Amino acid sequence: MKRLFTTFAAITAVLISGLAQASGELFIYNWTEYTPPELIAKFEKESGIKVSVDTYDSNETLLAKLQAGATGYDIVVPSQNFVPILINEGLIQKVGVHALSNFKNMEDRWTFPEWDSEQEYSGPWQWGTTSFSYNSELYSGTGASLKEFFEPSDELNGRLSVFQTPDEVISLANIYLGIPFCSEDAKQMKQIQDMLVTQKESVVAYNSETMSDLLASGEAIMTNHWSGYSRLGRLTGAPIVYAYPKEGVVGWYDSMVVPTSAKNVENAKKFMNFMMDPVNMAMLTENQGYGDAVKGTAAYYSDELKSAPEINPPSDLNVFFAPTCSPKAQSLIDKVWTKVMQ
Amino acid sequence: MSDQIQKPSTRKGKKMLPVGHYRGLSSWTIAFFIFLYLPIIVLIVYSFNANRMVMNWGGFGIDWYLKAFNNSDIQKAVWNSLIVATVATVFATAIATIGALVLARGGNFRGKTVSLGLITLPLMVPEIVTAVAVLIFFSAIGMNLGLGNVIIAHITFCIPFAFMPIRARLEGMDTTLEQAGRDLYASQWETFRFVTMPLLMPGIVAGAMLAFVISMDDFIITLMVGGAGSTTLPVYIYSMIRRGLTPEINAVSTMLLLASIAIVTAYWILSRKTQTSTEH
Amino acid sequence: MSDWLPKSAAGRRWLGLAPSYFVIGIFMLIPMVIMGVFSFLEPNPYGGVKPIGSLAAYIKIAFEYDLEDKLVFNPGYLNIIFRSFQLSFGATLLCLIFGFPVAYYITLQPENRRNFYIYLVTIPFWTNLLIRTFAWIIILGRGGVIEAPLLATGIIDDSLRMMYSDGAIAIGLTYSYLPLMVLPIYASLEKLDFRLLDAASDLYANRFEIMTKVVIPLSKPGIIAGCILVFIPCLGAFIAPNLLGGGKKLMLGSLVQFQFASARNWPFGGALSMLLLSVVIITLIFYARAAKNRAAMEGSA
Repeated sequence: MKRLFTTFAAITAVLISGLAQASGELFIYNWTEYTPPELIAKFEKESGIKVSVDTYDSNETLLAKLQAGATGYDIVVPSQNFVPILINEGLIQKVGVHALSNFKNMEDRWTFPEWDSEQEYSGPWQWGTTSFSYNSELYSGTGASLKEFFEPSDELNGRLSVFQTPDEVISLANIYLGIPFCSEDAKQMKQIQDMLVTQKESVVAYNSETMSDLLASGEAIMTNHWSGYSRLGRLTGAPIVYAYPKEGVVGWYDSMVVPTSAKNVENAKKFMNFMMDPVNMAMLTENQGYGDAVKGTAAYYSDELKSAPEINPPSDLNVFFAPTCSPKAQSLIDKVWTKVMQ
Repeated sequence: MSDQIQKPSTRKGKKMLPVGHYRGLSSWTIAFFIFLYLPIIVLIVYSFNANRMVMNWGGFGIDWYLKAFNNSDIQKAVWNSLIVATVATVFATAIATIGALVLARGGNFRGKTVSLGLITLPLMVPEIVTAVAVLIFFSAIGMNLGLGNVIIAHITFCIPFAFMPIRARLEGMDTTLEQAGRDLYASQWETFRFVTMPLLMPGIVAGAMLAFVISMDDFIITLMVGGAGSTTLPVYIYSMIRRGLTPEINAVSTMLLLASIAIVTAYWILSRKTQTSTEH
Repeated sequence: MSDWLPKSAAGRRWLGLAPSYFVIGIFMLIPMVIMGVFSFLEPNPYGGVKPIGSLAAYIKIAFEYDLEDKLVFNPGYLNIIFRSFQLSFGATLLCLIFGFPVAYYITLQPENRRNFYIYLVTIPFWTNLLIRTFAWIIILGRGGVIEAPLLATGIIDDSLRMMYSDGAIAIGLTYSYLPLMVLPIYASLEKLDFRLLDAASDLYANRFEIMTKVVIPLSKPGIIAGCILVFIPCLGAFIAPNLLGGGKKLMLGSLVQFQFASARNWPFGGALSMLLLSVVIITLIFYARAAKNRAAMEGSA
């Protein structure tokens, strides 16, 4: 009993000491392994601020959590289509990113994006694309068109894998069928639904976790894939090719924003500024293998990264960034997906 | 309690299997443990995978162990998990034991069924719903204790898991021994301490083990209710999706397994020593 | 030592239940009441709720608006619920068949070895469920642990396609929840007095009768506890259906998850769990009634 009490007192002490030193701290909430420790160490050394990193699994979790009132985070990293939602719901605050000293380093293409047109809220993290990959030893096609993915040929029968959540799959379908993103037209969405139901006949699994493993083992010949993750699969020696279909691919852009409930806003701004320094951003990109939005980072890349096909798409590639859908459009997406999954 | 097992039945059975023993029972159990441990062996083997992928073999290597040793995030997550699981198990088991004693021994009283329902409530709600609901409640009352939030939530949902085996054991447990104790003028506390508790122990051990295992594995509730600084191992693992899981997780799991085996072995050696020393 | 305890039996009773009531009442019951209220509100498009009363979430479980905005019966969600019950039932049965003999075997062991076996049952569950499930993919997958030797020796020449099937889900669920079945059964069997078996044997009961008329009835509380512990979590399971089954058919667990994540319809998620909760509670009440009646009958006989 006494020992139990001592243990408990010790734990309480740890908890309290964690709360006590609130100044000089920064709480980052990000996807797992999306925040390289060496980068954090560098920031801590330069600024004297103590950083703590927690992790989540999806934009949806982040939104639900902030929506339900979670507090204590100074920086969170949502994708572009969640930024307007967070703004409208009053969950993140203006920090004047455009006025930070390193903002001048941003590539023009990425400044004042439509999801944050005044660049008041968001600082850059990583961006990448969503498309599909295939095992080049087992597949005879070239991944030149989304048709190969959505209307699979016989060789893919029972060997095709698709993401488990609707958003990116339906966005790709929009691109393939030439239907605008977030369509509110039930007939157009029915067209998507019919296509996905037919595609399902060839699907071996709906999977967003182990795409590279599926391709390497040959369980699947083609899967939905993210660019950087596909590169990591290829680097293990598996014959994985990331496809750039002629219709285009879905793009995503993750950025740092500051929740309304943040306690260390100034530290958060310091970190944002730190990340817009090309040296630091290059460290992140080298670690992650996606793309960044800061000028001059390429000078610090390794040769492998410089030449990786996954982050150096053909210059004529169409990259479409999905906007935030209206409630009506979102409920149609939800309906289509539930029907496909029945 | 155990000597009667060895008594052989002389009357029946071709090979004179003792009463209560059945042919094939031990092979069944062996099959059971193979089923249970096959994935664990695979998991350990793959922790030495030189490949980055969790599921495709790429040669032998111990890189992932070295990496895990240098990954302070993952270590912190492991510690958080162990702290949460230990504290939650202790509290949940204690609360469940008292509750089970009352419900199994308190006779029939008004509100018994309701109490039973309440204690098993955390079991009946899908995790995500509990997770969101508890988070809303925590933020409504402004409770922000970091890991403390997680511990409270874990105590709550571990109670029914600890409760069920304890109650199952208590139900119909022979009360004659306890009555004998009381007849011998043992106080109620003494009866409880020296008669009821030892009899109840297998139930408590089973209940505590379940609570611990359930807590160690919980992901959704922890993910939602956890404040800053409370990432646990399951949350860490599940959130790796966009980067892909690596054998580093296997390495960490293997080390956890070894640690658990070491702790229990040590415990056994120690308890055997004390047992032999008190016997004389 | 026990002077501070209340004198009356009722007082003691409530003192014993107080911790459970306190913890679960505050941290579970109140949140569930909140969720219950939410299920009668309108969804906020981006998560959360609007303070406007609505029955839409409950209507949605069985009906939908067609293209002409007419309310029509839609069995889609009910099918998902039914399928989940079926699957949970199957998995519970498998756990029972697989787990009961083992729990029984453990009780046959000398006392000092029993805890060792119980510990052996729990060790695998120290590792994360996701990782254990991945191990099953390695075992069942194309060219995996099972297939590789068969392929090498030429017994088969193509994949058996064991993965991404209902069988794989069943294996995964059984594996995930086995200890929840074995431990309660063991806890209730462990107190079994083997002299009863001898007595039965002396009365010319054969082995089968000893099992069905003595052992199983005596371990019933454990079997019931185990079945409840396996069945209910199985209803909400989503890892095995998704990873081993390929996620081709929605299950209740994923469906509810989906409402709080992508679909952002909290009231519907709340309504689904209220439905689930009522089904489970009604089943348990029926069971409690039946047990009480039986006990009363046996008492009077």
